[in-house]
Formats: sequence, structure tokens, C-alpha cells
Amino acid sequence: MLTSLLIVLPIVGALVVFAAPLPSEATASLAVIVALAEVVLWVVTLVGFDFGSPMLQDAAQRTWFGDLGVSYHVGFYGFSLWLAGLAVVLGAASIGFGAWLRRDRARAYYGLMLFLVGAVVGVFASQDLLLFYAFFEAMLIPIYVLVGVWGGPKRVSATITFVIYTMAGSLLMLASIIVFGLSQGTFSLIDSGSSGNEWVFLGFMIAFAVKAPLLPFHGWLRAAYTEAPPEVAALLSGVVSKAAVYGLIWIVLRHFPGPVASWRTVVLVLAAAGLVYGSLLAFRQPDVRGVVAYSSMGQMSLIVLGIFASSDLGITGAVLHSVSHGLVSAALFLLAATLIQRTGSDRFADLGGMAKGRPVLATVVMVVGMLTLAVPGSVNFAGEFEILAGVFTQGWGYAAVGAVAIVLAAMYTLRLISGVLHRDRGEAVRAESLDLRAGELLLIVPLVAILLALSVWPASITDRSFPSGPPLSSSSAASP
Amino acid sequence: MILGASIASPHVDWLGLSPPLALLAAAAACLLGAVLVPAAARRAFSVVCAGAGFVVAGALAVVVFDRSPAQQLMVAESLTRDRLAALTQILVAGFGLAAVLVARGDRRRDHVGEYYALLAAAGGGMMFFVSAGNLMTLFLGLEWFSIALYILVALDTHRKESLEAGLKYLIIGSLGSAILLFGSALTYGATGALGFNAIREATPTDTTLLVAGMAMIIAGLAFKASAAPFHMWTPDVYEGAPTSVTAFMAAATKAVALVVVLRVLVTAFPAQAGIWTVAIAVIAVASLVVGNLAALAQTSVKRLLAYSSVSQAGFMLIGVAANNALGAKGLLFYLIPYGAASIGAFAVVAARERELGREVTLGTLGGLGWERPFHGVAMWVFMLGFAGFPFTGGLIGKFYVFAAAYKAGWWWLIVIGVVATAVSIYYYLGVVRSLYMRPASARADLVVAGGSPPTDVALEIAIGAAVVVTIGSFFFVQPLIDLATKAAASLPY
Repeated sequence: MLTSLLIVLPIVGALVVFAAPLPSEATASLAVIVALAEVVLWVVTLVGFDFGSPMLQDAAQRTWFGDLGVSYHVGFYGFSLWLAGLAVVLGAASIGFGAWLRRDRARAYYGLMLFLVGAVVGVFASQDLLLFYAFFEAMLIPIYVLVGVWGGPKRVSATITFVIYTMAGSLLMLASIIVFGLSQGTFSLIDSGSSGNEWVFLGFMIAFAVKAPLLPFHGWLRAAYTEAPPEVAALLSGVVSKAAVYGLIWIVLRHFPGPVASWRTVVLVLAAAGLVYGSLLAFRQPDVRGVVAYSSMGQMSLIVLGIFASSDLGITGAVLHSVSHGLVSAALFLLAATLIQRTGSDRFADLGGMAKGRPVLATVVMVVGMLTLAVPGSVNFAGEFEILAGVFTQGWGYAAVGAVAIVLAAMYTLRLISGVLHRDRGEAVRAESLDLRAGELLLIVPLVAILLALSVWPASITDRSFPSGPPLSSSSAASP
Repeated sequence: MILGASIASPHVDWLGLSPPLALLAAAAACLLGAVLVPAAARRAFSVVCAGAGFVVAGALAVVVFDRSPAQQLMVAESLTRDRLAALTQILVAGFGLAAVLVARGDRRRDHVGEYYALLAAAGGGMMFFVSAGNLMTLFLGLEWFSIALYILVALDTHRKESLEAGLKYLIIGSLGSAILLFGSALTYGATGALGFNAIREATPTDTTLLVAGMAMIIAGLAFKASAAPFHMWTPDVYEGAPTSVTAFMAAATKAVALVVVLRVLVTAFPAQAGIWTVAIAVIAVASLVVGNLAALAQTSVKRLLAYSSVSQAGFMLIGVAANNALGAKGLLFYLIPYGAASIGAFAVVAARERELGREVTLGTLGGLGWERPFHGVAMWVFMLGFAGFPFTGGLIGKFYVFAAAYKAGWWWLIVIGVVATAVSIYYYLGVVRSLYMRPASARADLVVAGGSPPTDVALEIAIGAAVVVTIGSFFFVQPLIDLATKAAASLPY
């Protein structure tokens, strides 16, 4: 019941916001209230959640169409509840940021944002393959319009590239879902067994590789993350990419042990390559959002590395790092938006010297930067450490590459920090450009606070994701 | 001996015949109204008559559906009374009613009565066509609704395009009919039987002749379903015809043609299934390829939708090619969101056309989403429905036909279908792009002809109903698929 409510509330909220003929301010307030109510609802779910139980919780099931064994079946496990929490928190922050920026065409804007939040929560809650596909695809509808209408100057080509990549991936997944579900006799993720069909596996794998993105499927990333409005980019990199994490853990690892074993090396090599490649590109980007975009690609590759490490440590670390990376990259995109608001640019060539006279901005950028480069003691460090320790069992080379990438992360993050805060004052930075204001702090500080809290206590997630071990622990023993 | 005594008149099942008869009565009333009712009241009278005709015919079809658990042959075995026919008749009634609502706001001054009379007559013909039980009634039904449509397409006599479209449709349509008739003759020659059941049970004297006949019947029907390579007339006719007629043709003609393809092949030619499944699969693939690729290059929205309808026929034919009950169900289900989205999309185009007084292109559609939020959202829903996005029945329809193809072992048809869907997204979202993302400067030249027309309530109702059906068929799959299952049970799988 709670799960259904978590999905339905933002979607109904979206319809109300879109249909109600309210003035812009009232629409924005209504949307923020719905987004906050969603957070409260998630906290209520969290409080009542039994993290010791490996069973699906807060489940709701209803037959959708019986002849093919498709049902509406939703609920949460420990790890998916954390991903959903990430979605609702970042959703609220992004919607709040949209309200702060006073986005025009308010009814459509907030309606689409709320719809996106509902669809993402639906992805993390789905226990039926067709339902999963429906929510997975549904995310695309609001993103397309949000980027295409409110995005930057090259938004139309960015949306086209993004949609073509994503659809090519997810339609292959639809074919795979049909073949898998019909051969299993059910589309339920809980009742269906495992399959050894490599083509079906690849259909799923490519869809998630595009969404994450993994190395050869990242062509959409730069344009989409840069042309999207920053708060939408925050949701894209923070939450939407995590749909791939859920799919990889809960569909690919669990239902395709054989193909996973035979394709593991390929995926690990691609992920390791993507990690280094993304980090190197991030180091070369001329603007803040470019750095965050490619850093996001690198970190997602790292997460995939952890998922395919086939060890408890790797998968648990992947979940932890998904949450911390989501929070960090969203915070960075929102910070980029505040820079653009002040200077009209987020290019390093135009920026610099912003620390002087803006202590709050400097502090926040510094803290988020330290979290991004995973200083020891931060939650990001904990996640990366677990992933690398996990993947070590697959070969020390992956762990070595990962360690190199951590150094690269430090390099691009420090370059970002110094490019914005230090050096001489950039051309676009005027003396009267304001420090971070209370409204902006209200949106960004909670994200940082959650990150710091998790840094103190990362076990809150790692001990509460897979009470009976991650999905691969049983089959990894069987595979060589 | 008196002549009358020697000819046994067949028993007539009036209930089974009632849906087309109701529409014939409505057509007659409209025609009488064109002469007897004063010009001022003629439009209202015709709309009410035609609308009532479709409502009554639909209601009677519901009764027939309810009371025909098993297939019965009627009128000397020339017509079939079963749930397949009844369900299709219900769909035709719904599409027809929507078309009447769309047409009401036409700025037509002459031929008002005739227009609605022909619409009702075409609907009646389609209802007769889907209940055809032998090759003669099949041809009769086809000609009945086709002739009504030829005239409807050319009814805007003051527009050159309309006349051209009518002529093209007449010539190519007649060619299709001729091929169908020739095929029927060959089939009769090979089996000595006309009834679909009789053809199935007959031992063909000449298999080559029978297969040739079957192929020609498929070709003749594919003309009406506008499946490639028999689709050449579609873009020109859809573009030139009055938009309300296009809406009706896109939804209803395609529906009945596809259902009849299904019925004829499954009922009459199960022994040749090895041949016709391949033929239908090839036609489906051709439609997907041609329809999608051609649609990519279109700027006129009506032409774009015409090519889109060719590719949609391809998707639905996958369900026929699968040759199993799941495919039949999938086809029947697919028709519901497809028909609703087609009528709705053309209704939005019609509204825009009336507003601007000129052709609707991707350019002139620009900014519609912000100017008319309801039409914008509706068009958006229809495009997502065609493309098979979630929260529209289009996704479920595609899911079913692909599932049927998998059950039949045609996994490569799924792959082609999936690739075709990916291609189609480009132009469907292209429409959404012009609705919402065209810069304002691109539409500075658009002046509303004679001021914005007042809101046309009938049109809005039709669009609203189409939105409800397109989205509702995603959420309420079970009741709809139950209907489709019952209808598909009429076929001898």
C-alpha cells in the first residue's frame, strides 16, 4: 500500500499541478509540497521497514492481464528502498531548485518533474518485468520535454541523441522481456527462474549499459547533461542512471547467472576502461557541467565494476556508491546552476576567484568537492573502497585501475575547485555576484548533510541492503 | 406449381443483420433529410441521424456479441454471426460516432446531408463486410463501403486535391477489388466452394490455382488495409480527403480489412498456412520498412500519419502472421488504441486546419501545445500511443503481437518490429517536437484565418474520448483482452 502510494502520489500530483489553473507561484508551491510529502511518505516507509527480512515488503499485487502472467506487483527490498529514497530526496531538491529559479510555463514544468519522480520510484519498486519496462520507458517522456523545452541552446539535438540511444537500448530490452517472460511462463521477477539465453541477456545488458552509461554507449551523455536544465541534469545523473543499477542487480545478476559468468570479463574490462576514460575526459572538460557529466560516467562505470565483481562486498559497495554518487553529482549540478545564475557561464575560462568574498559558496563547493574526490572518511571513499576490495577477487588489475581512477578523480575535482574558486577573478565574475543565498543553501545543504551523515555511518546502508546476501553470492560459488 | 413455392426462402436472422441495417436506415434518413429538411436545420438533423445510427448499431452489435457464444451462419450461410464480427462492428460503431463528432464542425456548405448519409452507409458496409461468410458477400461488402468512401473522399468538390484523391482512390481501389474478385473466382474454380468453411473442407482439384486465388485475395484485402506494397494510394488519399473522412478511413477501414484478412485466412485456408503466414510476414515487414522510412521524410502531418498508418498495419499483420489465438487477440486489442489514436490525431489536425485555413504541416503545428494545451497534450498522447510508449494501450498492443510472434517461433519478426518501433519514435516525437519546441519566430507568419473559431464541443468530446481510450486501454487490459479472447474464439485455431 505504502509503495503504491509512493508511486501514485507524485503522478497524481503531476496531473493536478498540470490541470489546475493556478498562477505560477501557487503551482510551484503546490509542486514543492507534493515533493516534500513524498519525502515524508518515504521516511514513513523507512521507519516501518524491517531490514532484517529478505522478503519483499510493503508489497501490493494485482493481476494486470492474466493470460500472459503479467501483474502490477510492487514493493521494496532493502537496497531498492535506499535507491527510492535517493529518488525522492533528489526529486524534492530539484523541484525546489526549479521553484527557486522560477521556471516559466510552470504547470507543464512541475507536472513533468513530479511525473519523472513517480516514474523513477516505480522503476525501483517494480517486481514485474512489463511494469518495470513501463516505468523505465515512462521516465523518458518527461525527460524529453524537460530537456527539449527548458534546456540550453542545442537542446533539440541533445534530446534526439538521448532518445535514440535510450530507445534503441530499451526496445531491445522489450524483445528480451517478451522472450524471457514467455519462456518462463510469468513476467514476475520473483517467480521466474534463471535463463541461460545470451541474446536475452544482451538485450537487458545493452539497455542498462546505455542508461548507466557504460563505455561504448555513452554518446548521448555530454550533450544531454549539458543541455538539460541543471536541476534536470541532477535528476538524470543522480537518479535516472540508477535505474540501470537496479536493473543490473535485480534482473541481470539474479536471472542470468550463466551469461553473467561468461560475459563478466567483457563487462569488467569495459567498466574499467570507462572509469579511466570518463575520468580522463572529465579532466579535460572546459566547463563545470562537462566535468560532472564525465565524472558521472566514470563513477557509474565504477558501480558496474562493483556489481559484476560477483562478491558481496562489491555489490553492497555498488549500492552505497550509487546513493553517494547520486547525492554528490546532484549537488554539483545544482552548484553549477548557481554559478550560471551569477555569471551566466560555467566555463572555467570565464570563472575563477569566486572564493574571495563568498565564504559560503566556497565552503559548500569545497565540501562537495572533497566528497566527490572521495577523501578517506567520506561515504564516497567507503563505497569506492568496498567496490575495489570486492573486484580484487576478480583480478588485481581491476583494483589497480580503480585506484588510478581515484587519483584521476582527485585531479579533476581539484581542477574544478580551483577553476571556480581560486586563481584570478574570471571575466564573467563580477564583484557584486552574490554569495550563496538562503534559498539555495536550503536545497543544497540537506544533500551535503545526508552525505556527511552517511560518511559517519555508511553501515546504515551497507548493513541494510541485502539481509540474506546479494543476489550473486549463491551463483558465484557455482561459476568458476 | 407456383414459382414462389419451389424457392425456399432462407431463414433470416434479423438480430444478426441488425447492426448494418440500423446504419442503412440512418443513411436513408440523412438522404431524406437532405431533401426534406430546411437547409438551416439540415446539419443538425444529419448529425443526429448519423450519430444515432452508429450508437444504435453499436448497441445492437453489443447484443449480438452477448448472444453469439458460438458461430452461426445466417442467410443461407452467406453471412457469419459470431463474436469476431460483433466486436469489430462495435469498434466500427465507435470510430464512426467519433468521425461524426469530428465532422460536425466542418465548414461544409453543400452536400451536408449526403456527407452523413455516406458516412453511415460506409459504416454499414463495413459491418456487413466483417460478417461476410463467403467470397461473394465479402466482395459485396468491400464494394459497398468502398463506393461510399470513394464519394466521401471526393466530396469537397471545390478542392482540387479532394477530387484528385477521390479519383486515385477510385482507380486503385477498383484495381484492388478486381484482384480480389479474380482471386475469388480462382478459389472457386479450385474448390467449387464459396463459403469460407466450405473452402476449408473442400479438396482442391488444383492446389496451384487455389494458392494463386488465395494470394490474390490477400493482395486485394491488403489494398484496403493499406499494407505495403499495396499502400501507394494511402498518402495522397489521406491528404486530399476531408480530414474527418481520413480519420474514419484510417481507423475503421484498416480495422475491418485486417480483421477480414484474419478471418479469411484462418477460416478458409488453414491447409495453406505454411504459405500465407510467410506471405503475411513479408507484407508486414514491407509495411514496417516502407511506412517508417517514408514517414521520416514527411512534413505534412496528414501524410506523416498516412505513412504511420502503413507501418501500424505492419505491426498488426504480425499478429495475423503468427497464426495463433494470441496473435488474433493481439490484433483485436491493438485495433482499440490504434483506432482511438488515429481518430484523435486526425481530429486535432482537423481542428488546426479549420483554425488556420490551410494545410497542417510540422511547421504550422508549431507551438500548438502551448496555445491549445488540451489539443497539445492529446496529440502527445496519440503519438506516444502509436509509438508504443507506456501509459498508452499501444505498448500493450505491441507487446501482444510480439508475444504472438514469439509463440509462433518468428523471433526475427520481433527484432524487425522492435527496430521499426525505434525508427518510428523519431517522427512521432518529431510531432511532439513541433508541438512544444518550435521557436516562436517560426510561427510568426501564422495568422488565424478569420479569427479563432469558437471551441467546437463535439470535436473536443471526440478528442477527449480518444485520449481516454488510448490511455485507458493501458490500465484496463484484462476486460478488453477478455473481449478479444472471446472474439478470437470464433476462429478455428
